[in-house]
Parts: sequence; C-alpha cells; structure tokens
Amino acid sequence: MTTLPSATGKKLGLVIDLDTCVGCHACVISCKGWNTENYGAPLSDQDAYGSNPSGTFLNRVHSYEVQPAEGHAQLIHFPKSCLHCEDAPCVTVCPTGASYKRVEDGIVLVNESDCIGCGLCAWACPYGAREMDMEEKVMKKCTLCVDRIYNENLPEVDRTPTCVRTCPAGARHFGDLGDPDSDVSRLVAERGGVDLMPEQGTKPVNKYLPPRPKDTLPEIDVLAPFLEPVAQEPTGFLAWLDKALEKL
Amino acid sequence: MHPAPSVIAFSTFSGLGFGLLFWLGFGVPAVSGWSAFAFFTIAYLLAVGGLISSTFHLGHPERALKAFTQWRSSWLSREGVCAVAALIVMAVHGAGLVFFDASWQPVGMLGALLSLGTVFTTAMIYTQLKTVPRWNLPLTPVYFLSLSLAGGALLAGQITWGIVLLIAAGAVQAATWLLGDKAFKQSGTDIASATQLGNIGQVRAFEPPHTGTNYLLREFVFQIGRKHAQKLRVIAMSLMIVLPVILLLLPFNHLLAALAVLAHVAGVLTSRWLFFAEAEHVVGLYYGKR
Amino acid sequence: MNQPKLNLSPKVSDEVRKTTCYMCACRCGINVHLKEGKVAYIEGNRDHPVNKGVLCAKGSAGIMQHNAPARLRAPLKRVGPRGSGAFEEISWDEAYQIAADWLTPIRESNPEKLAFFTGRDQSQSFTSLWAQAFGTPNYAAHGGFCSVNMAAAGIYTMGGAFWEFGQPDWDHTKLFMLFGVAEDHDSNPIKMGIGKIKGRGARVIGVNPIRTGYNAVADDWVGITPGTDGLFILSMIHCLMQAGRIDLHYLAQYTDAPVLVNGDEKSPEFGLYLRDEDGKQLVMDRVTKKLTPYDQPGVKPDLSATHRAKGVTHRPVFHKMAEMYLSEDYAPEAVAERCGLPANRIRAIASELARVAFEEAFELDHKWTDFRGETHDTMIGRPVSFHAMRGISAHANGFQTCRALHVLQIILGTVEVPGGFRFKPPYPKPATAHPRPHVGMTAGAPLNGPHLGFVHGPEDLALKEDGTPARIDKAFTWENPMSSHGLMHMVISNAHAGDPYKIDTLFMYMANMSWNSSMNTGGVMQMLTDKDENGEYVIPHIIYSDAYSSEMVAYADLILPDTTYLERHDCISLLDRPICEADAAADAIRWPVVEPDRNVKGFQSALCDLGAKLGLPGFVNEDGSQKYADYADYITNHERRPGIGPLAGWRMGESGLQSGRGAPNAGQIDNYIANGGFFAEHIPEGANYYKPWNRAYQDWAVKLGLYDSPQPYLFSLYVEPMRKFQLAAEGHGDRQPPEHLRARIKATMSPLPIWYETDQQGNEGFTINALTQRPMAMYHSWGSQNAWLRQLHGHNPLYLPTKLMRLHDLSDGDWARVTSPHGEITVPVMEMAALNENTVWTWNAIGKRKGAWALDKDAPEATRGFLLNHLIHELLPPKGDGLRWANSDPITGQAAWFDLKVRIEKTDAPRESRPEYPPIESPVPQAPDNLAWKVGK
Repeated sequence: MTTLPSATGKKLGLVIDLDTCVGCHACVISCKGWNTENYGAPLSDQDAYGSNPSGTFLNRVHSYEVQPAEGHAQLIHFPKSCLHCEDAPCVTVCPTGASYKRVEDGIVLVNESDCIGCGLCAWACPYGAREMDMEEKVMKKCTLCVDRIYNENLPEVDRTPTCVRTCPAGARHFGDLGDPDSDVSRLVAERGGVDLMPEQGTKPVNKYLPPRPKDTLPEIDVLAPFLEPVAQEPTGFLAWLDKALEKL
Repeated sequence: MHPAPSVIAFSTFSGLGFGLLFWLGFGVPAVSGWSAFAFFTIAYLLAVGGLISSTFHLGHPERALKAFTQWRSSWLSREGVCAVAALIVMAVHGAGLVFFDASWQPVGMLGALLSLGTVFTTAMIYTQLKTVPRWNLPLTPVYFLSLSLAGGALLAGQITWGIVLLIAAGAVQAATWLLGDKAFKQSGTDIASATQLGNIGQVRAFEPPHTGTNYLLREFVFQIGRKHAQKLRVIAMSLMIVLPVILLLLPFNHLLAALAVLAHVAGVLTSRWLFFAEAEHVVGLYYGKR
Repeated sequence: MNQPKLNLSPKVSDEVRKTTCYMCACRCGINVHLKEGKVAYIEGNRDHPVNKGVLCAKGSAGIMQHNAPARLRAPLKRVGPRGSGAFEEISWDEAYQIAADWLTPIRESNPEKLAFFTGRDQSQSFTSLWAQAFGTPNYAAHGGFCSVNMAAAGIYTMGGAFWEFGQPDWDHTKLFMLFGVAEDHDSNPIKMGIGKIKGRGARVIGVNPIRTGYNAVADDWVGITPGTDGLFILSMIHCLMQAGRIDLHYLAQYTDAPVLVNGDEKSPEFGLYLRDEDGKQLVMDRVTKKLTPYDQPGVKPDLSATHRAKGVTHRPVFHKMAEMYLSEDYAPEAVAERCGLPANRIRAIASELARVAFEEAFELDHKWTDFRGETHDTMIGRPVSFHAMRGISAHANGFQTCRALHVLQIILGTVEVPGGFRFKPPYPKPATAHPRPHVGMTAGAPLNGPHLGFVHGPEDLALKEDGTPARIDKAFTWENPMSSHGLMHMVISNAHAGDPYKIDTLFMYMANMSWNSSMNTGGVMQMLTDKDENGEYVIPHIIYSDAYSSEMVAYADLILPDTTYLERHDCISLLDRPICEADAAADAIRWPVVEPDRNVKGFQSALCDLGAKLGLPGFVNEDGSQKYADYADYITNHERRPGIGPLAGWRMGESGLQSGRGAPNAGQIDNYIANGGFFAEHIPEGANYYKPWNRAYQDWAVKLGLYDSPQPYLFSLYVEPMRKFQLAAEGHGDRQPPEHLRARIKATMSPLPIWYETDQQGNEGFTINALTQRPMAMYHSWGSQNAWLRQLHGHNPLYLPTKLMRLHDLSDGDWARVTSPHGEITVPVMEMAALNENTVWTWNAIGKRKGAWALDKDAPEATRGFLLNHLIHELLPPKGDGLRWANSDPITGQAAWFDLKVRIEKTDAPRESRPEYPPIESPVPQAPDNLAWKVGK
C-alpha cells in the first residue's frame, strides 16, 4: 500500500556521525555482503571483472571538501543510504504498492514480488537511496536490516543493522528516533543532528551529526603559560634542573 | 535525467494519440464509418503504441497489472487507470461512429476528458517530482496538455485550432524553458543543503563513492552542453511549432499537412528529449554534478 | 493497512566457523557463516581481542576474495619466455622435483645461492626456520621496505614501537597525535580507538601532508612538508625542555637520561655509557652522591650530577640532550620554513602536549612494585599518546625521525603509563633481548642462528671475512648497519648486478616484486628477464608462491599455488607478530573453514613437504621421513624451546592444559577452534602498566614464557650501539668502515636523535613531493581481484593541491606528465584542497598490469590506474664514483620511497595512462561477466 501510514509505532533509523566517520567503506561492503545473501534478490554486479564494473549498493560513502573562509580545507566522509523518511515520496509514487513504509517501525521497504521496475521511486528520492538491480530488474534499497533487527536466530546484541555492527569507528548508531529518550535521540539533541535537504519536505528519520569545529588549537606566543622558558641556555637549564630535582 | 528513448517515444506519441482522441471525443472532425475508423486507428496506434513503448523501460512488464492498484496516491497508477478508461470509453464512442454511424456525445465528451486526463496524469508524474526542479513547476502539465491539444488538432485536420494551439504551445514551451532554467537555483536545494556542511564553508564533492558508474549516475546524471541545448531548442521550436504553422498557413494540401504533422512529431520528440536531458535531479549534487 | 508479512527471523546460516581474517595484516577475528558448505557471509568476531566484532570493508569483502577468478588452480611450470605468462599446470610431485633439482645442489655447495624472501607473510617464525635449516643467510620478509625505521627505532629506544608492539591507552588518553599514518596500519584498532576518544570529545591531532582518513577526522591537521617530521618533533622537544615541561621523575627512574657517558675524548669508549664490571649502566645517586648501578635498590638517579675521574668529566645523557636540543637550531622559528608550518603552530602543539600531559595528569589506584623494589601506591597517568607509521619512517632520515618521536613520548613520561602509549606482550623487549643477526654458513648444514636481529656494534655486522657483505641484500653492513628487517627491495637489484655476489635461485612468497612491491617496477621486470652472454637468465631460477594471478607470477619459472585465507592453517604466533593487546597476551589461528576446490596447498604446508624432500634438519625425522605432514602438524608439535611452541594456548602441563609453557597438545587446534580461533591471557591488574619496570609484569611474562627471566631495563634516549658505529668511523676498533662511508656514518649515526636533509643530489629541478597512501578498502595489490572492492577503487588519479592545479592550468580529469630524476608517467589529475601545497599523491597499488588478476585487458586499473613506483629508483642517482647507493635509510636500509621529488607538466590525454606495458598471458581462465552471488536459496 503506497499511501503512507499516518503514524508509525517507532521511527527506526540511523544516526551518522560525520565527526567520526573515517571513510573506510566498511559499512558499504558489510551491507553488500548481508543483503546479497539475505532480503530479496542478491545485489548483483555487472562486468564485475571488466572495463566498466558497476553493481547495486544500498549504502555508499561520499566525500566532500569544505573550504572555510579562513584556515585549512577539511575533508568530510559522508555515508549515505535510505533515510527512511516520514514523508517518503518514493512510497507514494509507487504505482503497484511494492514500495511501502512499515506501520510498526517506519522502515521503508520494497516488496520485490510486486515491483515492476519502473524506477519512479528512485526518481522521487532526492538522496539517491534506491538502486535498480540490473540482474533482477527490481528496485533495491536499504532495509535497515529488517531481517536482522528482530531476528531471533541472532544473539540479541547482533540485532542491529550490519553497517552499524561492523563500523570500526562507531560512527553509525541505530535506534528509535521517535522516542525522545532513546540513545540515538539524545545523541541527536546533544550534537545538533540535522536532516539532509530539509527543503525537500521528506522529513528524514536518519540524522547526521555535523563535524565538530576543526583546527581550533589557538596559536600562541612564546610566553604562553605552558611554554614559559625556565632558561634559554643549557647552563641555565641545568641550574633549573638541579632545583627542580630537589623538589621531587 | 537520462533521456530514455522508450519514455520519450511514449510521452510524445501517447500525447498525440490522446490529443487526437480528445478532438474525436468532441466530434472534431465529425467523422463516421471508414473515415472514423481511420482517425480512430491513428489515435489508438499512437496512444496504445506509446503506452506499450513505455513498458519497455519496466523491469517486470508482466507485473504491469499491479500498477492499477495505487490510484489513490500514485500519479503513475492514475495514469494507467485514466489511460485504460479513456481507451475503453473512446472505443465505445468510436464503435458508435464506425459501426452505428452514431455519435454518443456524452460518451465522447467523457472519453475526451479522460484522454486529456491521461495526458495530465502523465505530466503529473514528472511535475510531482520535487527532486527535479525543472519539472516541479505548474507549467509542466500545461506544456504537456498544450502540445497534446495542438498535436491532436493537427492530426484532426483543424487548421485554425491547430495554428492557435501551436502558437500557444510554443509560448508555453518557451516559458517552460525560461522558468525551467531558473528552477534548480530557486528550489533552494544545493550541495550545502544536501550535505548540511555549508555552515563550515564552501562545499565541493571530492572522491565519488565508487570510481565506476552506477544506476543513479546512469539514470539521473546526464549532462548536456549549454550550446548544444540551445541549438536543439531552436530545432525543436522550429520543427514543432514554426514549420507546422507556416505549412498550415499555406493553401491546404494533404502533402503539406502530412509534412506539418511529421515536422511537429519530430519537434516534439526533440522537445521531449530536451525535457529529460536538461532536467537535473538533485541527487546529482551528491556526486558533484551540477 | 495491508503490508506484506515478512519473515523477520530468517535462518542466518547453517554453521558459523571462526577464524582469522587475512584481507590485510590487521588479523581480526571473523565469523564465517556457511550455507550448504559454502561461504555465505563474513562478519567480525565480537569476542576477538583485535576487532571486538567490527570489520572493515576488506574483511567484509572476504567472500569475493575467496571466490575470486584470479585464484591459481595448480602448480605451474613456465613454458614461454619469462614475463610472458605462458605456463602449464603440473602436479605437486613434479613441482617439488623441479624445486629440489635446483635447491639440492645449492645447499650442498653454497647455500647463499638461495635467496628466500617473503612478502606479506604472517608466518615469519616458520619461514625463517626453514631458511635457517636450509642454511642460506639470505632470508628476510618485507619489513625493509615497509616500516623497519619505526620498528627498529622503537626497539632500540624503548623496546617496542607502534602497531603490533603497542597501542595508545584508548580508555584514558585525552590527546592523541598521529604522524604519517595512511589509513591502513593497525586498521580496525586505530579506527575503534579514534571512535572511542572522539566519543569522549578528546582531541586528535593529525600530522600528515594529506588530510584524508584519520587525518580528516583529526581535530587539528598539521599538513607538514614530507620528510621534515623529525625537525618538527625536535623543535617541540626544544620547546618542552626549554619550558621544563618534562617528566623529570620518569626520566630519572626509567630512562638512561641519568646514565653517565664517557667524556674522555681520547678513550676508545668515548661517548659510551659508563658501566660497572657487570656491565651495568652507572648513574650518580642523588642521595649518596656516588657512582651507582642504575638498578640498585634505593638509588635516586641524578639527571644533573656529573662524575669527574682522572681529570675527565663524565656527564649524564641528559646533559647531552640539554646541550643539543636547547640549541636555537631547534627553535620553532628556525625550523618553521623547512617544515612548512608557522612557528606559532609548532609552539601551540607543544604547549597542548605539555598542558595535557602535566595539567591533566591523573592517578590510577593500582599498587605496584618497581624493579628496584620500591612500591608505589598509585600509577601516575599522562594522557597523551602517539601513533605513527610509514609516513615518517619511509624516508632516508626516517630512523632518526622515529627515534625523535619516541624520545618526545619519553620526555613527556607517557610511555607505559595510564593514558599514554602501552606495550603489547611480548613487548616491551629491548634490543638486547633480541637475537643478533647470524650469517654463519656451512654447506649442507643449517645456518648458525636466526638471520635477523639487532646489532650492538660493528662486531655484529654481517660481513664475510674479506669484509664484503654476507647477505645478498647487504643488510647489517656499513651501508646500513642496523637493518633489522633486511632489505627485500635490494634483493633483485643486487642479484642482477652480482653485487655482492650472484645467486642461483630466487624463492619468494606473497611479494609482487614485478609490480607494486618494487621501486623501479620497469627496471625490476627487466632484471628478472635479463639474460647473460650465454643466453641464460641472469637470475637463473625463480620460484614463487601466491594464491592469485598477480603480476609476479609471470616472472617466475615455477609457481607453488597457495590457498585462500579461508582454506588454510596459520598461526599468528607469539614467536612472530602476535595479536596481543595492552592488557593481554594473545595469539590466533587460521584453519580451513572450507576445503580448497583446486589443486593448491598452503605455502607453509608446501614448505613442510619441500623441506622433507630436501632433507632439511628439523623437517625430517631421524629415519629421514617427513617430520611435519603439513603446517597444522608443525603448529601443534613444533617446540622452539622446550615447552614453548608456536601457540601459547592450551599446552599440555603435568596436570592438564595450561597457558604459555607446556608440552605439545594434539588437540590444540581444536581447542583454538572451540574458543573462536584465538587464545588470550589477561595481564593481572597492577601488572598492566609500567611493564618494563614492573615486577608483577615481569614475573607474569616469565610464567607465560615470553621471557625466561625478568628483563627490566632503562629506555635508551641515547642509543649506545650507534655511538659504537660512530667510534668505528672515527677510527676506533678492528672493524672499520670503507672510506667512502666514514663521513656518512659519523654524520647520521648520532646516538641522540637528529634531523638531516636526505640526499638531494640529482633532484635539481624536481621540487614537488610525491607520495602514495593506501586506501582503507584495499591492501597492497589485494583488492582488484575482488569484485566488490574494485568498484570502490578501480582507478586512481594523481591528487594535486589547488595551488599546483592553478599553476599548471589543470582541471579535474586533465592529464599530466609527472617526471622524476628516474622516470616519467602520464596520469589523470584531480584537485584536492586539503593537501600540503607542494605535495601530490595517489592511492597505492590500484594500477594493474594488463592480463593480471583475471581482469579484462581494458580494466580501468590498467587503462587509467597507475603506479608511482615507476618514478622511484631503488638506487640513488649515480654519484660518479661507480658505486651503487641504495635509496634507503643509511642506518636501517629502510626503502626511502617517500623521498620522491617530481616535476609536473600538463599534457594531452593519452590513450591510456603511461607507461603502457603489453598484456601478460593470464594463467587462469577468463572471469565471468556478471555476479549475483547468493549461496543459500
């Protein structure tokens, strides 16, 4: 059913910390691995060993250079997957009902057996979160590992999206963003988490924690408190040393 | 956006076909019997041919019937419903004209409105997309409708209506280009809003996520040179509007009329190619394309 | 709403097998999920000490590595010209026979004619044992071109360096400074650590000309000029000493700062430590004012007092440091321009180090007793920590730079204290506790000891009686006396030149020498294919082992196909480079979680077979039969010393299984498998800091078998063996350096860290620094055969700073000709603003040779990808003296590939990146076009 639920029980989503993401692509490949073997069709690769390799990925890590008015340019690694929007335009445009937002947790999914592969949902998504699989000809997208997060065959600690489980730097967090007391909601509040392209009106559930201010170490002059010389010359230094050793 | 031939052909031909059906629904030209059969055949070939070509870009056309279910939310579904309704109603109307020499006017008018509705729903598929600011304008349905009506008039042999509507469609087309060129900027979506990094400084895409290409880049990132686009705009406008109008203004002759139709179709195809090729999807921002 | 009913608890797999990753050298624990006996999914092992569940891109892509079409399928015998790639598949028996026909005569006559070098080998304690049994002095692994400067500087200075030697105290550190770390080394632990301290809001300072990866998330970025890190560090030492912001107690108690140095200029021991008759370093006791052995109970070593005897004043090391580093030569203003940093920024960072180390000092309530017997109620923490890797070590001044960094840590008192840098067992282990190099060769018999080790003076050099180098790579010679890891990068060049001698068989493992693992790639290809006047190859026989169709395969005569990492046994041993953590000793295994479906064999198992066929001692039983059926048999049953084997877990004691010491246990590998593939023994609280001086730690280490007796020692701010080489260069002693090296030894072998500009002769007109980095999602050449990873990095641009882009009128996608004194490449460019303004760089080893790795000949790796290696020579430009001067650190022989200087010009886009090489014939079948990989249906 492609009309959106008026409210969802939970708002499960990811919080991505741009201050910590080192751009290692662990989440990208872990996602590829899990989702090739699990939910729906495998994520295929075309011309896999050839001149123009290209495959389906549900999560990709971009990188941006930002040049502040003053100071050094900064490089920011930027993972991006489905944001599981509250007002998900990809759902409402779907002509078959294959694309839907789950009532209980807000996860946006594609029911592959209903997908006609028209691609309109991908057109409607501003974030590039949906990719048509060229082998299976159906639309693939992040499932928030719906087949992990409730999976009773997994130990409880592993009932989390594979990208979150694998992230070495701990830059990805998973939880209920509809619950203001959840860890993820607190993190968003504390660190000023933001929506991507808010003007698109999609109300993304996933939030991004902005990088902390960089290059803030103040340049100081010679007589700053921590570097005030005890002596300028070796001889003076040794005299200081003697006194300092007395005090030890 | 990638100018996919199937979608260009679909929107061009079905637009013309439903445009012709619109006129036929209103009894213009007032035909019956074999000549009605001829007009209706042309209209159906265009409309249905267009619809069929649109299924070429589907991954699973065998599941196409499912597309009729989501009319409450989806313009694509509504288009399907509308198109089938229009074709059925107009078939009834056509049957009356061809076989019974009867013009069931309410049926025809309903069919005409449904035909126009089909073109409108097609237009709305594009118009609704906030992700493509060039399309996300009230003018987009006007552009589709005006061309459909003008092309329909041309096919229906309506010289006066044809001239008037072609000129109007030409004006609309010019306006879509004018407004469309500013749309992305005015949408407020840019790399700063996409990344939310603008408060730090000037944002520039650095390494792409993958060195190779992907579905998103193939589907949404199509770059066309400004000069090339201007040239094509001149060609589109000349073929689609200027040439047919001139030909219609000349003393009537079937050959000239056929030429006018051909020029118009070629022009609309060009215009539609530009409609896709010039449209920029906001996702391109993430890839530093804009 | 009617939404589909999903199965939210699908079965994940039939079985999980836990082993160790080998997608890089990080050695994380992995859970391999199997469905119907096939690998379905790989994730990190949560219980594993290294990665605690996380896994990087490479590790997660293991399934594509394991199934890569580039896997070799059977032993290969060359049938075309060397370099063509034409092979025929043969049996293992035939392969062993060919190898034995080459190797037996060598062993019986002159074992040095075999050069056995291994690359990214994680079984060096085994491969070196094999080489030792064979009797050749010519063995080493890849450390010489990797990071020997870092490792050796650390061990000589303080008994360990970074990565497998130690790690920051991630739980307590408040300021983490990393130098020249390019994304990959100690990959997951560093990322986890950075995540941890970022979570606490602690500060990270990144020193690197390139702001990617860890440096991109660093709070402060220092985009230093390559090769000047040492100067920057010494300037910070200057600032800290001048301000008295140094840990005097720590320096006095735990380092050689108070140790007296012979001041008698005429003495052959001038500049050496004063020692008592037991060889113990002497200090002045502040209490008794007497000359006292450093470890005497109750001694209060004096950093300041001198000792006057026979009219000569002997001064402590710390005096020398004050004299040296307080000099205005190291003032920030004096170094700023060369480092490319404002003087105030150097001060700001030094000040922050001082602030955090001393103002944020804290105490842990751990009672401990030091080696002098004094008990301390608490442990003082200084929450400043460092990490560094090749960025500072792969320069010809890298050893001294790495030394400077270790000295900086030590004067702040942050090594082995809470919040600082912590060793991982079996470290701390000072240079004196390591073996010395051995080259005693006898035809038909084993070598007289381990090949590699640590020299302590000219007497330990690996020289023949005539003074010529004993080793083919000239390790441990006057050219690079302290080359603890050998010089793998010089083997082919020296063997080709017959300098110091010719060899017969080159035997290599996992080292892509004809491509990305060599400097001067084109030259190496030529050396490998060059023929002498008789039409014979100059290097007569080449045996190579690899799991994949790498570029090097084509240049060998005989290929021993290795397995993938999921099909093999391995031990990540405490005898080698184990997986320990600062709080635990740990080792691990690999085991065949799936059996090979090809006629391949783990290389180490092949060595067991070949060793037996050659009759090598240790590889045959007394009756001449094969001793180890395979590597697993060796891992289980080999004993290095009585009770000490490759694996420390589950050894057989008198009353059952025990850790550390014990007899072999037939079920040991099963015990490891049952425990998730690893063993860990935790260090007791109170023993886990101050390890070099902490009695509880020393006793624990002896119990576990890491040492045979407690080995407390002082950190060496002053490296006495270096002074011994200087003394030789000054004319003392019997072993004298050749004249042409005398001045260089005097200048570079300073026992206190110095900085010097690397040899710039030949660099005139080449002013731009050119570097490589490894992307986090690729490891050396591994990755291009991986269908998932190659999509991330399928080709590599040369990144240019904005200033150079403008200067050369370049835009993204343009091409540039890049020239060095040695060569020329033509490559695509891309702008990068967050980059040192006079540095260009690219990703390492993305470029591939056509025909290798089972890739299409038009693969972007071959058409747009490129190697910077073509621009770097293994030798310095000729000096006109007829000598071959290695492009290496003059102390350790570390390959100085980061010293590269280039020139850039814009050029028209060529058809492909240049140089272009013709395709090699692929020894494996064509890869499939498309993949839709799902093993469970």
